[in-house]
Amino acid sequence: MLQLSHFASVLLFALFASTVFGITLRDTPRRMFRYGIYCFSLFIGSVIVFSWVMYFIKK
Amino acid sequence: MATTPIKSTATGKEPEQGFVYLPLIVGWLVPGAGHFLLRKWIRGALLFAAIVCMFALGMAMGGKLYHGADNILDMLGFVGDLGNGLMFFVSKFFSLGAEHVRITTADYGTKFIVVSGLLNVIAAVDAHNIRTGRKP
Repeated sequence: MLQLSHFASVLLFALFASTVFGITLRDTPRRMFRYGIYCFSLFIGSVIVFSWVMYFIKK
Repeated sequence: MATTPIKSTATGKEPEQGFVYLPLIVGWLVPGAGHFLLRKWIRGALLFAAIVCMFALGMAMGGKLYHGADNILDMLGFVGDLGNGLMFFVSKFFSLGAEHVRITTADYGTKFIVVSGLLNVIAAVDAHNIRTGRKP
């Protein structure tokens, strides 16, 4: 059974979801690519931010 | 008095014939196939790769396939899984997927499978929008 770390899972999840969001929610290839990058950054950025928030809540 | 014939659309093209919902149904059954049907090869290939990889990773991580409606959460999970189209039915037929989630990775896998189904529905609706002309 494949055992990925939490962060690796998040990276893969963000990559696939951003690909679909980019293609389906924008009209032109250039805008699709930019929106995909934007979604990917938001996914990863929010995970890092909330991880630190939870770390400080726990302390 | 002579009259000029009225064109059917603003661009002068004849409206496309055929079943309008075909890309939606085909796109649901096979990820990206709705776009292939509309000759959007690169978009279709990317959607296919993203959704199939996500589903395959979910299965490899020991994700569970929902099969019943015991409670509301199972029902929602089942609806998400159904979005995978043929991948879901084939996996069910061969009894793939874990019966119970015992480790954290398997829980991630279950979520991967549900989300790949939901993304596939978005992709199929996008193919339908392209077919009806709402999206270029």
